[in-house]
Amino acid sequence: MATIQPIAGELEPHPDVALVQRVRDGDVSAYDDLVRKYDRQIFRIAQHITQNREDAEDVMQDAFLKAYEKLDQFQGNSKFYTWLVRIAVNESLMRLRKRRSGKMVSIDEDIETDEGSVPRDLADWAPDPEQNYTQAELRAILEKTIKGLPPGFRVVFILRDVEGLSTEETAETLGLSIPAVKSRLLRARLQLRERLSRYFRMKKAPRVTKPRGTKSSELKLGETRDEK
Amino acid sequence: MTCSEFLALLDDLIDDSVTAETRAELQKHLHGCGHCEVTLNTTRKTIEIYRSHQIYDLPPDLRERLHAAIMARCKKGC
Repeated sequence: MATIQPIAGELEPHPDVALVQRVRDGDVSAYDDLVRKYDRQIFRIAQHITQNREDAEDVMQDAFLKAYEKLDQFQGNSKFYTWLVRIAVNESLMRLRKRRSGKMVSIDEDIETDEGSVPRDLADWAPDPEQNYTQAELRAILEKTIKGLPPGFRVVFILRDVEGLSTEETAETLGLSIPAVKSRLLRARLQLRERLSRYFRMKKAPRVTKPRGTKSSELKLGETRDEK
Repeated sequence: MTCSEFLALLDDLIDDSVTAETRAELQKHLHGCGHCEVTLNTTRKTIEIYRSHQIYDLPPDLRERLHAAIMARCKKGC
């Protein structure tokens, strides 16, 4: 059965620990490895929060430089990556604040909404609905859809579902309680689902002549279902 | 189980963090509720699409430029 699982807790030391130690011992090239390992993720997270390409570039540089400067403060009781993400999220929020002329911006903003908390669009989606769009069209749909989420929901969805942080890591990174992360994640997932439904729902008169095979592993819980 | 109760456990089901007993109850509800089945399937698909179609990629030339700038500053001691 295809499942989406949080990252399991690791018992062995994470490979980043050795890289961090090498940097602390004066080997700057080890930091090169850490930057290359995580730069794409940090850039993506920054752009998701700031919604601005230039800001995301600045955040990426500043986050890696700040992490380098503060490396002595890294305790090693969390992963280097989650520590770095926390720095990047804070930098991103600062940039967003500047763009909004000093207006207070926090991840607690705009969360008082019931939108999407109850599913309304209950039409099933076409099989592999993304294949009805070009890559560029799909990208535009995904960007537009996630942009519409409140920042406090967006960042939880990105960290948890896209970047693969666990609920606990997401809570730690954002300074939120675990119940708060769970509540926002559910709302974020349902809101995105609702909005994507406009594009992906099954058309009443499909253009394809034959229905394509349904991927049962995607559509079911992985167990047999009574079809009667 | 009602639809509201199902919805409250939707994330746990998607994240595979329910007990076998709860999973059986959820399955039982799904068998008789097309709406919840659609909600589950399309929510899973939502996550899958965002995971497999990463937006905001870092273009290679920009990546190299930013990388060089970061490492130059680090070598100078920031």
